[in-house]
Amino acid sequence: MKKHLVSTLFSKSAGLILSAALLAGLLGGCGSDGASAGAEGANGSGASADADGGEVIVYNWGEYIDPDVLDMFEEETGITVIYDEFETNEIMYPRVEAGASKYDVICPSDYMIQKMIDNDLLQELNFDHIPNAKANIGQQYWEQSEQFDPGNKYSVPYCWGTVGILYNKTMVDDVVDSWSILWDEKYADNILMQDSVRDAFMVALRLNGSSMNTLDPDELAAARDLLIEQKPLVQAYVIDQVRDKMIGNEAALGVIYSGEAIYTQRENPDLEYVIPKEGTNVWIDSWVVPKNAPNLENAEKFIDYMCRPDIALLNFEYITYSTPNEAARELIEDEDIKNSPIAFPDLSQYSLETFTYLGDEGDELYNEMWKEVKSE
Amino acid sequence: MIKQCAQKVYIGLIFIFMYAPIVTLMVLSFNNSRTRAKWGGFTGKWYAELFSNRSIMQALYNTLLIAVVSAVAATLIGTVATLSISAMRRRSRAVFMSVTNIPMLNAEIVTGISLMLLFITLRVKFGLGTILLSHITFNIPYVILSVMPRMKRLNPSVYEAALDLGASRVQAFFRVVFPDLLPGILSGFLMAFTMSLDDFIITHFTKGPGVDTLSTKIYTEVRKGIKPEMYALSTLIFVTVLILLILVNYTPKSKEKQSSGQNGGSL
Repeated sequence: MKKHLVSTLFSKSAGLILSAALLAGLLGGCGSDGASAGAEGANGSGASADADGGEVIVYNWGEYIDPDVLDMFEEETGITVIYDEFETNEIMYPRVEAGASKYDVICPSDYMIQKMIDNDLLQELNFDHIPNAKANIGQQYWEQSEQFDPGNKYSVPYCWGTVGILYNKTMVDDVVDSWSILWDEKYADNILMQDSVRDAFMVALRLNGSSMNTLDPDELAAARDLLIEQKPLVQAYVIDQVRDKMIGNEAALGVIYSGEAIYTQRENPDLEYVIPKEGTNVWIDSWVVPKNAPNLENAEKFIDYMCRPDIALLNFEYITYSTPNEAARELIEDEDIKNSPIAFPDLSQYSLETFTYLGDEGDELYNEMWKEVKSE
Repeated sequence: MIKQCAQKVYIGLIFIFMYAPIVTLMVLSFNNSRTRAKWGGFTGKWYAELFSNRSIMQALYNTLLIAVVSAVAATLIGTVATLSISAMRRRSRAVFMSVTNIPMLNAEIVTGISLMLLFITLRVKFGLGTILLSHITFNIPYVILSVMPRMKRLNPSVYEAALDLGASRVQAFFRVVFPDLLPGILSGFLMAFTMSLDDFIITHFTKGPGVDTLSTKIYTEVRKGIKPEMYALSTLIFVTVLILLILVNYTPKSKEKQSSGQNGGSL
């Protein structure tokens, strides 16, 4: 194939075109190098030099904002949004820590925020410049945030949710209200577990009545043994495939994030989501501002804009993850969603925890135990 | 008879293994439901949404721009490097060839992180420029690899004969040496182009905020599920490549004869 391709391309005219292309490419290459050097110079001089509102550099999860909101923000404030996305906290962290690029606003999860605070990467927010935050975000979310951000100094909640069991009503006839159903042999090969160390251990630790942030080796060993015991019953350890597998009736029970549960139910009405009575993980993704943010003022404006009720509502409708913005919730027209026990569960009913950063040694302990489970 | 049958089954299996994933993706790109688990009816809406999605279009533009410019630059640098390497003595040539081979064998993540650290040290601003420089860097060895064999087969007497017959050095190079190298240069260019097109790891570590290529863009969608627009885009890319290959392979016979006559060697 390649020989044909090359020999056909080879003719005098092709040769001419190629040399022209080489030349053009050379010039183009130089041009873009020059451009990047110029940009570097502009950056070196400090704050953005744009005549209008300047810029704000945002680093957020993929597909985690309504794209229209960014356009509206640019139009209303005159600030140019440079928008970048990451796929996991762990991928975001080294880029920010190494200082490869300076960001103004980042949206990490709970335990990662704590790690960033510990490592002195974040700056305290001036809430006088973010009036919408305190006005619209519900009190209970601030309280929940205290677990990883004591005093609520660094972070403004953006999205949150719980982790629970999604089950198929046509395939499960027991009452689902406890993590223990994931150990029921009746459902062998019909159970989907999360393939991530903290989420998997959370299930076993809560079932044993331990904290999901425990560093006690005995409690962890007990959880590990429980997970090993469960292993023959598990169809697969998955992350985002839970969604498709449950919609396709490929499994009866799966551990899933509440934000996904609403979407799966829309696609397959036989599915039901439950928060087990032993309690679960409440996760929160919040806006933070790194220490080296080049455009602090615009970062505050951006966070404040995200906390505006109409904007938070647009984002909620796009992402389907629960919003901590009480004022936005009031604006939801669909009563079913507004009062949905999945999107907005009554948090006081459950014993809830949020992941905290365990330190490098703690992480290692968990990973070691998880390896033993997976390799058993 | 049995042998023929077995041959057909075998080739059939190979085709299934190679193309089943792509066919699945193409079918899903027409699925009206967002999830792969449910067939929601036939639709072309993902194609319409694809072209109105600014960020995907921008990523596509970046990907193609980086692939073309980095492949052209790497081809140029690589070809010149091959010329000088082949003019070296045997020992230094062996040393230089090993040095250029190392980046190809090196794990991509090592290349990616070291480039990132280098750019940080030099205080270069991360953006399109850093991705481009990185892609040129990792493309050069592939060009050298594919031009070198051509270079080795070159008969030096032809070049000398051209000089004897009154050509200047530059003339002799462009009219005698270059045409002989061209197939190697072109295949080096194509290889560099494809390597750049589907690179993820190195791009991830060297990209700046707000600059995405298709591979990094797709990867960010993992948490919330990859959007069917991406299936549509992949289908379009596949079909474009297919049509190009068909066109190239079915150009008029006479032209092909002429060129293969001039240039009988195989790649």
